[in-house]
Amino acid sequence: MNPPFDLTKKPRIGESLIQSLLFLAGVLSIFTTLAIVYVLGKEAWLFFGSPEVTFAKFFGGTKWQPGIGQFGIWPLVTSTLVTSSIAMLVSLPLGLSAALFLSEYASPKTRSALKPILEILAGIPTVVYGYFALLFMTPLLQNIFGEQVQVYNMASAGIVMGIMILPLISSMSEDALSAVPRSLREAAYAMGATKFETSLQIVLPAALSGVGAAFIIGISRAVGETMIVAVAAGAGPNFTFNPFQAAETMTGHIARISGGDLSYNSIDYNSLFAIALMLFLVTLVLNLISQRVVERFREKYE
Amino acid sequence: MNNPQTDNFPEGPSFRRALNARYRSASLWQMVFLSALLIAILSLMTLLYTVADGAFGYVAYEYKHDPTEFSSTPLNELGKDELLSILQSNLSAGAFKKLDNEKPMASRSHADLYSLFLERLLQIDTKQIWSMTDSFLHAAEIRAEATHKYPDAQLEFRSWLTPQFLSSPMSSRAEFAGVRTAILGSLWLVGIAILFALPVGTGAAIYLQEYASKNWLTKIIQTNINNLAGVPSIVYGMLGLAIFVRLLEPLTSGAAFGVIDSNGRTVLSAGLTMGMLVLPLIIINAQEAIKAVPDSLRQASFGVGATRWQTVWHHVLPNALPGILTGSILALSRALGETAPLIVVGASTFISVDPSGPFSKFTALPIQIYQWTTRAQPEFHAIAAASIIVLLILLLSLNAAAILLRNRFQRKY
Repeated sequence: MNPPFDLTKKPRIGESLIQSLLFLAGVLSIFTTLAIVYVLGKEAWLFFGSPEVTFAKFFGGTKWQPGIGQFGIWPLVTSTLVTSSIAMLVSLPLGLSAALFLSEYASPKTRSALKPILEILAGIPTVVYGYFALLFMTPLLQNIFGEQVQVYNMASAGIVMGIMILPLISSMSEDALSAVPRSLREAAYAMGATKFETSLQIVLPAALSGVGAAFIIGISRAVGETMIVAVAAGAGPNFTFNPFQAAETMTGHIARISGGDLSYNSIDYNSLFAIALMLFLVTLVLNLISQRVVERFREKYE
Repeated sequence: MNNPQTDNFPEGPSFRRALNARYRSASLWQMVFLSALLIAILSLMTLLYTVADGAFGYVAYEYKHDPTEFSSTPLNELGKDELLSILQSNLSAGAFKKLDNEKPMASRSHADLYSLFLERLLQIDTKQIWSMTDSFLHAAEIRAEATHKYPDAQLEFRSWLTPQFLSSPMSSRAEFAGVRTAILGSLWLVGIAILFALPVGTGAAIYLQEYASKNWLTKIIQTNINNLAGVPSIVYGMLGLAIFVRLLEPLTSGAAFGVIDSNGRTVLSAGLTMGMLVLPLIIINAQEAIKAVPDSLRQASFGVGATRWQTVWHHVLPNALPGILTGSILALSRALGETAPLIVVGASTFISVDPSGPFSKFTALPIQIYQWTTRAQPEFHAIAAASIIVLLILLLSLNAAAILLRNRFQRKY
């Protein structure tokens, strides 16, 4: 007689093999993060460990020239701040207005005609935006503001970066706005509010967490953006807040230095990793805040 | 009757006035919101126009040497053999041998030889170039200016985007430079990136959606993937530089496989870096596609006794595949346009040899655009514009493919 058929027995080794392979693919992403932290941390450690560099110099100096022992990070930070602020000044009002129009005013037909244009804008490679900044925006600014605008300047890079971030802000804000339930709008209309009053005083406050998250993600994108500033903002650290002057951002500096012939284990090489570590930490914190904002302050509607 | 609520209600003309003011501000703000969108559209149009403006236009050029110095036959009647003998007798022996080594001279096409003749012997010298707008609006002035300033020069309306531009390799002269090496480099790059990221990304998505239980580890993985999608691309470049270019140099340079005279700055290193970069995008997209497969399918499959993997392989994956592929194509187009990590991992800026395998040095389209845009001479800006058009057409066709795929296979449950 045959042994009784045992349903509890697992007949397939392949099943668990496949499952562990899939698990490996899943945890690879964690290894990626760990690798980023390890690599950046290790080289940055070497940088801060070298006798010429001190934390006081790094965070206190206003000159960045590793070749002659000047390690003040501020010129790179201020230009990153200036370009990112200009970008946000351009992209937040425009992106939010576009989102309000698309979500509150546009008919479905208009929306489906206009949204692809924003998507095309979002899909254009950043190096193309760099070309646009250098060869269109800078001459335009020079025509308007005259001689004071340098060939490479932070203003044109910032404005074009704002145009690049606009679709991101508008699509994230629009998602947040359209998640606000219809009943809220209808209640406002019933009270006699106009469409504009409803949008601004009822819908926008209800969607504020989503808009805030979009704003923070936008900043993080602006801080990490490389090609526009590498092409148009200037090649050389410069401690200035004047947007019409040339100044190199953190990302632009990494791109320029690593694009040349860079010898490994030099102080130049290590310093790039220290800058990249700062960049990584700043964008990570911004992204985490944005996720928390969405989770924490989301209005819940049944 | 006294009702305290209706007594405060504005009535009569003041009510009308207030209402009209509110309507006015409402329609004013509607215009403001609409104009934000119009600004976005205008920016896109201006951007595209700026590119086209740079890629076409009048060019004034002259030759450093007179064609009659080399041959008595008119330029456009020169045959292939004549060109070959002219090149052989006028180029230095060393230069000719070098060209012959790159590609045997006898097997080159007529167009190829002709451009060598122009490049090496006549030595074209671009004096000035004009934008497309100027060329159309002020053609007469341009002609007058050109004959006045450069009496020996020829003026012609030139498209910098030509079939030859697509098929020639790099050159230090803008007039002869092409993007073949860059296009091939870009194809190798995204090919390697997708070979790495598509299986791994799909695997991770299947694990997270179908296998993982809801515990702290799954939550960490999920948060981590979302964060990785927001890491600046240049940081991925630094990761690639440290891991693939330096740490794994014996593998990525091909030294372990017998390739000599190479360092870690290969198309393989760059492709893997790109793969890491697009991996989170592919995982997130694949997760959405798998989520969209209805549970009834899985339950039906479990109901007839299929194992989990059989269910995934035979029912979930086939239904999620169009979504996964659409997401991958979009990730591909991201990889195609990404520049910063390539600069960091060390794309070669001047290279005229086609990539021949994963261990070759490479350049890519966005790298060439960056290089040429940052050059000072206007003729390099013109070829930068031409290569932007090539890149945008490539991206457009990828996106069109994604949309077609989505519409063709989209299923409703």
